[in-house]
Amino acid sequence: MAIGETFLGLLESRPRHGYDLKRAYDERFGQGRALAYGQVYATLSRLLKSGLIEVHGIEPGGGPERKRYAITDAGVTDVQRWLTQPEKPDLYLQNTLYSKVVLALLTGRPAADILDTQRAEHLRLMRELTRRKSTGDFPDQLICDYALFHLEADLRWLELTAARLDQLAKEVSA
Amino acid sequence: MTAPRDALISAIDLHKAFGPTPALDGASLEIAAGEVVAIMGPSGSGKSTLLHCIAGITTPDSGRIVYRGRELSGMSDATRSALRRGEFGFVFQFGQLVPELSCLENVALPLRLDGHKRREAERRAASWLDRLEVGDVAHKRPGEISGGQGQRVAVARALVTAPRVVFADEPTGALDSLNGERVMKLLTEAARDTGAAVVLVTHEARVAAYSDREVVVRDGRTREVELMNR
Repeated sequence: MAIGETFLGLLESRPRHGYDLKRAYDERFGQGRALAYGQVYATLSRLLKSGLIEVHGIEPGGGPERKRYAITDAGVTDVQRWLTQPEKPDLYLQNTLYSKVVLALLTGRPAADILDTQRAEHLRLMRELTRRKSTGDFPDQLICDYALFHLEADLRWLELTAARLDQLAKEVSA
Repeated sequence: MTAPRDALISAIDLHKAFGPTPALDGASLEIAAGEVVAIMGPSGSGKSTLLHCIAGITTPDSGRIVYRGRELSGMSDATRSALRRGEFGFVFQFGQLVPELSCLENVALPLRLDGHKRREAERRAASWLDRLEVGDVAHKRPGEISGGQGQRVAVARALVTAPRVVFADEPTGALDSLNGERVMKLLTEAARDTGAAVVLVTHEARVAAYSDREVVVRDGRTREVELMNR
């Protein structure tokens, strides 16, 4: 997750204190993994140094948590560039599951069992996400869907590989 | 195979061939009251044949199916039909609603066949249509509604008799993701509320994720992944 760019995007809507920023980030994007304060202030300090944000006022009491930060023009340009630049899709060309299946075939272990165990684990996670979706709000449903579609893609690969284990076994032992 | 406690249905070592082609080759499965079980597997693996056998639609060549302590194979056709009508509900890939009847009449039909008076049958049918969020199409015919609405009408028809088991064969197979999920959510919620078990055949993992556990069928045999789900 690009924390710096996300902060800039949040600051573009309005200036915020460091604590506000952290809270907004955790609520919208944290998914149970809250940012550490150290990470928040290190990121703000980097953005300040690059001229992408500026201090927009300090409340009495001092300390880093009392500063309000605002985005600069350079910051807005940076957010714009980041938002419009496509993310590089993951290629998934190195994957542990494939290695496990090949190693199982090489060492005479039951590769189908490995695929079945993994399938059960994937479906267990998918059930958890489906339950969460049914009680979650709309943003939560979208986040769960993202994860569900990725898990489903894995499962399709597991199924296809299970159906072609004999062929893979021949290739591996050749 | 580790059986769920208090099995409602047990299928033991089922074999079934269509001509020279074996569809089931020693499939076993147990379903507990009120649980939602997904039968998964690739096309042609035998998953639909397994569902049809345990629902009493198809008779296996060998093996036993026990429903609430009674052997299905020992029942007369009439008894089996009565069981299917009274205790089982069905949802298929394409709703299979009667095109000449309104949605309300379609849902009321199983109750009418069971001897209920029209007014009572339609009152219960209307309540199920509302529950499935398709009350507004009650007086339309199946040809006048969307596929997603049709499947929800089919789910209402499957549940209107308060069955102990709903058999659903690829119930979302003809729907897009959004409609499919809506059907699954409504089906599983309604089944859980009424205590009905659901036996669901699907090749889609996101549909299977609405179940409590899955059974995988490959080459006509059930694999023991159930053990790992528990």
